Amino acid sequence: MAKHETPLLDQLESGPWPSFVTDIKRQAETKPECWDILGILELSYKDRITHWKHGGIVGVFGYGGGIVGRYADVPQKFPGVEHFHTVRVNQPSSKYYSTKNLRQLMGLWEKYGSGVTNFHGSTGDIILLGTRTENLEPFFWDLTHDMNQDLGGSGSNLRTPANCIGQSRCEWACYDTEEACYQLTMKYQDEIHRPAFPYKFKFKFSGCPNDCVAAIARSDISVIGTWRDAIRVDQAAVKGYIEGKYPSNGGAHAGRDWGKFDIQKEVINLCPTKCMRLENGELKIDDAECTRCMHCINVMPRALRPGKDTGASILVGAKAPILDGAQFSTLIIPFIKIDKENEFEELTEFIEKVWDWWMEVGKNRERVGETMQRVGLPTFIKVMELDPIPQMVKEPRSNPYVFWADEEVPGGFERDVQEFRRRHAA
Amino acid sequence: MGYNPDKPMDGRISDLGPPYYENFFPPVIKANKGKWLWHEILQPGVLMHKSETGDEVYTVRVGSARLVSVNFIREVCDIADKHCDGFVRFTTRNNIEFMVDKKEKVQPLLDELKARGRFPVGGTGAGVTNIVHTQGWVHCHTPATDASGVVKAVMDDLFDYFTSMKLPAQVRIALACCLNMCGAVHASDIAILGIHRKPPMIDHTRITGVCELPLAIASCPLGAVKPDKVMVDGKEVKSVKVTFERCMFCGNCYTMCPAMPLSDPDGDGIAILVGGKVSNAKSAPKFSKLVIPFLPNNTPRWPEVVSAIRKILEAYAKDARKYERIGEWAERIGWEKFFEKCDIPFTDKSIDDYRLAYTTWRTTTLFKYTSHIK
Repeated sequence: MAKHETPLLDQLESGPWPSFVTDIKRQAETKPECWDILGILELSYKDRITHWKHGGIVGVFGYGGGIVGRYADVPQKFPGVEHFHTVRVNQPSSKYYSTKNLRQLMGLWEKYGSGVTNFHGSTGDIILLGTRTENLEPFFWDLTHDMNQDLGGSGSNLRTPANCIGQSRCEWACYDTEEACYQLTMKYQDEIHRPAFPYKFKFKFSGCPNDCVAAIARSDISVIGTWRDAIRVDQAAVKGYIEGKYPSNGGAHAGRDWGKFDIQKEVINLCPTKCMRLENGELKIDDAECTRCMHCINVMPRALRPGKDTGASILVGAKAPILDGAQFSTLIIPFIKIDKENEFEELTEFIEKVWDWWMEVGKNRERVGETMQRVGLPTFIKVMELDPIPQMVKEPRSNPYVFWADEEVPGGFERDVQEFRRRHAA
Repeated sequence: MGYNPDKPMDGRISDLGPPYYENFFPPVIKANKGKWLWHEILQPGVLMHKSETGDEVYTVRVGSARLVSVNFIREVCDIADKHCDGFVRFTTRNNIEFMVDKKEKVQPLLDELKARGRFPVGGTGAGVTNIVHTQGWVHCHTPATDASGVVKAVMDDLFDYFTSMKLPAQVRIALACCLNMCGAVHASDIAILGIHRKPPMIDHTRITGVCELPLAIASCPLGAVKPDKVMVDGKEVKSVKVTFERCMFCGNCYTMCPAMPLSDPDGDGIAILVGGKVSNAKSAPKFSKLVIPFLPNNTPRWPEVVSAIRKILEAYAKDARKYERIGEWAERIGWEKFFEKCDIPFTDKSIDDYRLAYTTWRTTTLFKYTSHIK
């Protein structure tokens, strides 16, 4: 029996898409605080503003992240959600689960929480939505002791890293994104749980330039798989596509009649570097001109594959618009080998160098991409002890305002104006 | 034995990290990791990956509300136990993936999903997949709109595009309920973004207790927040004031100072941005661009938002070429044509006047004649 009238939310029970309202109502039969979740949400639908208070610092001992405090502004009306803290649980790489693991976690959340979750939060964590302060430590105890699992990040720390599906079920992953994500998450547990940074910091690991985990848009360190040899071509399969034996784009366009597959129009002409041509029925690729955008591979997955000499590009500094505007990550290292045998040493060395610098010069609530903008890319490159290379920019600068350094100019900046006047009277 | 509140540090363990992913691999995934050769979408929502070992894995992709209950996850587990050896995974876009190792296991799985009734199969290829979104009014303290309800309304309307693959390319929709963009909608084909339109109010009675004034002042990117002195109950109190004409309604001050709320039933609503992409395929990643500055929070089904998105999607579906993402289409035809074809009024709100605005102004004589030129 519903505790509150929810005429507005009830209208979200119809329609073909799964209804969270119906789901929470069903859950309310065994978890009565769910009625108050619906009640307070209904009030927001009526008032058209949020009914959650700002702030509330809660957590578990020893951690500065992983829990987001939340309190209702109408606790008398909805006592079941008076406290409604969120718990972030670090997801496994690629978000694979055994049902045994999920059932155990759901058991804990039924016992200690509201019974409502997000699978998953935007950064990647399992989000357990809504519990009381006094339940946090008992929940954390059972999570660590009974499940051997842990919280993710929140606040000015390393946020829970995330990766694409990677080599576990994708033929294009140029390195093991799952293992990289796992090992770096394990290595940096302290940075995830104890905020010591100017602001949040994110890693994301994508296996190829299709970037299914949106690393280039959303992470401070974007590790995106690529290769440096030739695209692997199976000419027999190319023929198969030309003859219409295989569906283009892995069948992704099968819902509409786009006409017969035309390799010239759909692959060769759409290549951004125009590095392909058809010669006597064979596809020729000038790999030195290729920028590895993935389009041809996406369209003909049976015929083309990334090369064998694989690794990753490292880009730095993506973020959403708050405050100076959105940024994509900037290409800093075009290619490095990503090697799990040496614990991703090349990568972690680079990351720690970025951190050392950013923790020193970054302002409060300044993402590393903003710090890079403030000091300038040339300075950042110098600090990282890298050689400037044209791959780091889209184009050279169009203004002449170079910050020349004293030591770069013969004789330096200190001059004697009297001596100058002897040659050039005022 | 469990947690003992009298001795909170006794027996405490920490910094365990996530469980090792490989323990959760279905057997066919474990056996074939790194050996996959190619894949094909057999029907909307059903993928097949072929391994060099000859193995195949069939994946059935199912949309979910993301905001789901413990009972719902248990139902997912029931399905995975029955059909998938007790394993399941989730995608970055809140879809559930059930995997089986033989083709003949696909149909019984599809039948069961259909019978259960709240497991829509789709979200693959050239269609609309699930919407990445934030918390909205169900949990967040700064939202300018709800999240789950808007998503439900939009996906109900676009359901046919979720279960089919008839668009020119994939269309990624994302929703963020305020400018903080936890949902990172800034590189989506269609972005639904909660925005505020009224400057913060100052709660002078509380500001001393809850704010660090210098942080509140420094939080404003445009210097609109300034120190002030006001009288509260006959006593002079240090507070702040806001220069309204400088406020861009980003809400960063409220993030730093709880005494500066800016939510408002009529001020808040939704902006629509389009044309972003993350992938490097064919063209570089692009930011989404603001094309509709404001639509009201018309609960519970946001009809203006739903119809605006449908209009954009249908114009795109009709006009774009195969493989063209929304942003690539708009750039090819020109943004002036985009506004015309989508029947969206162009306003000064779509002209950038923030940082780097000049890079978006047209500094060429190359333009197309549209109905905008009278």
